[in-house]
Amino acid sequence: MERLRSILGPLARPITSVPLARHLVVALIAFVVAMAVIGASSQYLQTRYAEMAYFAIAAGGLTLLTGLSGQLSLGHGALMAVGAYAATLVLDRTGGETLADVFVALLVAIAVCALVGVVVGVPAARLHGPYIAGATLTLAVAVPRLANQWHVLGGEQGLQVPVPRAAELPAWIQDLVWFFTAVEIDQYSFLAYLGWLLLALTFVALANLSRSRVGRRWRAVRDDDVSAELAGIHLGRARVVAFTVSAMAAGLAGGLMAMNVRLTAPGAFTITLSLTLLAAVVLGGLGSLPGALIGAGVLAFLPHFATDLGESAGLSATQAAEVTPVVYGLVLMLVILLAPAGIVGSLRSLVSRASRTSSLASALGSTKEKTT
Amino acid sequence: MQQFLDTTLGGLVLGAVYAAFALALCLIWRSTRIVNFAQAAMAMVTTYIALSLLNADVPYWLAFLAALAAGFGLGAVIERVIIRPVEGKAELNAVILTLGLFMVLHGLTAITFGVQHRGFPAPVSTNAISVGDTSIGITPFGILTIVVVALVMAGLVVLFRFTDLGLRMRAAAFNGEVSRLLGVRVGRMLTLGWALAAAVGAVAGMLIAGGDLVNPAFMDPFVIYGFIAAVLGGLDSPLGSVIGGLILGLSLSYVTGYVGEHLAPLVALGILMVVLLVRPSGLFSAAAARRV
Amino acid sequence: MRNTARRAVQVVCVLTTASLLAACGAGKERPSEDGSAVGVTDTTIKIGAHFPLTGPAAPGYSEIPSGHEAFYEYVNDAGGVHGRDIEMVVKDDAYNPTNTSAVTNDMILQDEIFAMVSGLGTPTHRAVVQRLNDDGIPDLFVSSGSLQWGDDPGKSPMTFGWQTDYEIEGKIIGQYVKENMPDAKVGLFLQDDDFGEDGEKGTREFLDSQIVDVQKYTPGGSTDFSPQMSSFKSKGVDLVIGFNTPSYTALSQIAAQGVGFKSKWFYSNVGSDPALVGGLLASMTKGKIPAEQGVKLMDGMMTTEYLSGVDAPDDEWVKLWQKVWDNYSKKGSEKLTNYRIYGMAQAYTLVQALQANGKDLTRESIVKTIEEEGSSFEGPGLAPFRFSADSHLGISGMSVVEIKNGASEPLTPVLVTDIGDAPIEEDDSAASDAPPSSGIPE
Repeated sequence: MERLRSILGPLARPITSVPLARHLVVALIAFVVAMAVIGASSQYLQTRYAEMAYFAIAAGGLTLLTGLSGQLSLGHGALMAVGAYAATLVLDRTGGETLADVFVALLVAIAVCALVGVVVGVPAARLHGPYIAGATLTLAVAVPRLANQWHVLGGEQGLQVPVPRAAELPAWIQDLVWFFTAVEIDQYSFLAYLGWLLLALTFVALANLSRSRVGRRWRAVRDDDVSAELAGIHLGRARVVAFTVSAMAAGLAGGLMAMNVRLTAPGAFTITLSLTLLAAVVLGGLGSLPGALIGAGVLAFLPHFATDLGESAGLSATQAAEVTPVVYGLVLMLVILLAPAGIVGSLRSLVSRASRTSSLASALGSTKEKTT
Repeated sequence: MQQFLDTTLGGLVLGAVYAAFALALCLIWRSTRIVNFAQAAMAMVTTYIALSLLNADVPYWLAFLAALAAGFGLGAVIERVIIRPVEGKAELNAVILTLGLFMVLHGLTAITFGVQHRGFPAPVSTNAISVGDTSIGITPFGILTIVVVALVMAGLVVLFRFTDLGLRMRAAAFNGEVSRLLGVRVGRMLTLGWALAAAVGAVAGMLIAGGDLVNPAFMDPFVIYGFIAAVLGGLDSPLGSVIGGLILGLSLSYVTGYVGEHLAPLVALGILMVVLLVRPSGLFSAAAARRV
Repeated sequence: MRNTARRAVQVVCVLTTASLLAACGAGKERPSEDGSAVGVTDTTIKIGAHFPLTGPAAPGYSEIPSGHEAFYEYVNDAGGVHGRDIEMVVKDDAYNPTNTSAVTNDMILQDEIFAMVSGLGTPTHRAVVQRLNDDGIPDLFVSSGSLQWGDDPGKSPMTFGWQTDYEIEGKIIGQYVKENMPDAKVGLFLQDDDFGEDGEKGTREFLDSQIVDVQKYTPGGSTDFSPQMSSFKSKGVDLVIGFNTPSYTALSQIAAQGVGFKSKWFYSNVGSDPALVGGLLASMTKGKIPAEQGVKLMDGMMTTEYLSGVDAPDDEWVKLWQKVWDNYSKKGSEKLTNYRIYGMAQAYTLVQALQANGKDLTRESIVKTIEEEGSSFEGPGLAPFRFSADSHLGISGMSVVEIKNGASEPLTPVLVTDIGDAPIEEDDSAASDAPPSSGIPE
């Protein structure tokens, strides 16, 4: 642990090292469990887990933005598109055969999205409520259409995404996976492992950020921007940073999505994608990373479940496919009307209410935690 | 020159429909300070109701009135049941709520009426009008569109300027507390505002569907273009909404005709951002400043 | 040492896995190497396909799977193929390539299909060809005329085309226009993807100097084509050649009338069905034109034909399709259409290939069978197949026709050619093929 702390020291400077260690341990345990589950799953389920991972990364970034800094973005589908195209273009150039190609592509996707995040975040920081909603919704529609305008982006039929074959992965990875799961790695499990590894890393980073001074500033801006400004917080800067971090997560998610779908085309990045991401974070509870994970799980598994349900209720296949968006829409409406804190938030308030009545000490503890 | 004329006329017709739609958003904004992102889906629902009637051989104008009535009822019910609880609450709540409503209406329509593309008839010809040997790029249906939107606007002006009901609606929207003290039934006025707005939206739906294919997503572009038109003119100003609609219709028509269809939403986004950052109250807002 | 460690870990992991399996019911283990006969049992063969059941390309194309299903029912009722019933999984992709990728994933991993048969669309199927070939899954008789299904079997060894490809269609259209309308100013109306590109390539081989304007559209994009038609009008186009899907034929007609653009029209085969387009046109102008007269709006349009359709009820093949449809359609009230005929004709070719393959069916053997024997399959197509080890392209020709009263009148005999600079020749030898009396290929 000491060694870990010294390695991560510079990174951990703005935070007390205790939460970082806690986040790392939780993430490690979660990742090991995820590996075991993925290894034991069918290839079909592996593709669902991989999908859940990239949705969770995007939702994690979005929940941080909306929940902590109070900015709504309906444009995260567009940012995922940017990430997906960036990663695809890199993989196309490099051939996408090695692990290094994959990581370079994902890093480029994150970098490009950071840039786009700043460009979008600066004007967005000046908007609020319905205005930022309308502007980011327009962004979600406008950006994917650019693929039709420029030939290099492949038009409506999109760009094919090369992904590494499992046999070409380094031997140590193949051995490692064999060690942990007793199943040989293949293309499907590779993408699922990769997704969950990056998910764990992203969530550690986001959790630390939200615990740090930066995160506290975001919350201050969200709760009362005038007081925050009086306290010396640069409102615009705080919002732009939040938007940029969130965009980087969306970019990584987009890159992973491209590899999983094996195609990057404008038809993947519809208004519906942006709205379902919103549904995921609202359902889980704005600002909650575990909530984002739950929401992403719903996104990855609900469509098949809901469609089956619809068909067994006597709907045709094409009608049954519409049950899913209805559920998402109902989720958005019901959560706002009945439980604005979402699943995790509601559970948390139940727990804290129970503990407040039972023990003064823990109530004090939770208050203290809130104020630090 | 011919192409420029055709593009301009096409832009005016499109702009008229945007204007009607922006007007509907404006009515709701004035009464409840909410941007209704479900407006397009509501108009789509009423258009489908009209289509069902048309397919059952109901005359066109009767179906048109039915769409209006359905819009009026839908708007009233939605305000009373769904929107009332979030009025005056954090503005994010209303945004998310109307987006949820958008998805629900979308999906339910698809389940009820099917997702197929279906032809939607027009009451008059959709062939270009000819003057002598040359045909000009406007159709009788296009002219009808402009006339209907003008009538709707005139009707609203009469309602708000010259009737007691209109005065009470304006009072309720302007200051609910004071109006309530003066005996205006504010809740009812807000409901009426939503109902009227949804009826105007229904008109826009009927006009854009005529002579085209419809499917549950056919109104989706209006979610953004209607919003942009309304913001362009100033969400507060009905006249501004109309002019904003026309400006947007013309701009998008030129972009589509001369540059490329795919850049239209990007240009719209550019227009929106310039307005929001340079003149946040919109081009024609009465208010001196507004927080965007 | 390493082996011992590995084995110890293995034991632990197997235990963990087993408990996890029991706990969450997560999936089953699949053998990874013997994938060659997945989807085939002693009594069944499971195939799958993606079709646009919804979305802009659905009108017309969504009817194709019902033709397949009716014909398989017919065959299964007569004992199946070598004792196996054919089961078909149909998934909707809404003509959106991303959805195609997702539903194909489901069909491969969840439904465990033996082969993809007749997946529809150039932009859509293109998204999954690599995937199907990587996984060694036969990808038979794609419902699209794009070249990429068959011009390079080395790259896509499992994929086969079926219908006449767009390049030779472009060549045949191009030659006809050059010979019969040498002064026409041609405008191309193209779907903005490989479909339009292939068609343009073939057309330009003959009409490069006559083409004065090219306009494109995006499926799923705007449905208002006034700008495109205005452009044709301003450039003086008097013949439009369209490589587009059926709803876009209707929409381009409406837009042309809306801007007052008058022209001759030549729509490629896939976008020209008079019954469907006429119906769409009538529904958009209802009140002015009685629905049954909608087809008249198509009068005078030119198109191409490689299968006999519902307008030729006395054709032996059409009689067979009618018989199958009358007895085996799921919804008996719906009429036989050219799209359902298309589906049945593809199904016929599949049954032909499975029959020729014999009882021992694997993914590799069906590919080999089609390569070796496909060019001698006698079927409903007006021209023979080109299948060989060097070409996986399908039907080799078509005739040019004009639409009158919803029926097609031939303007040329059947013209046969190949891609590249292969000459165009008259050859109606395959046009006289007749179905066996049982209606099931032997």
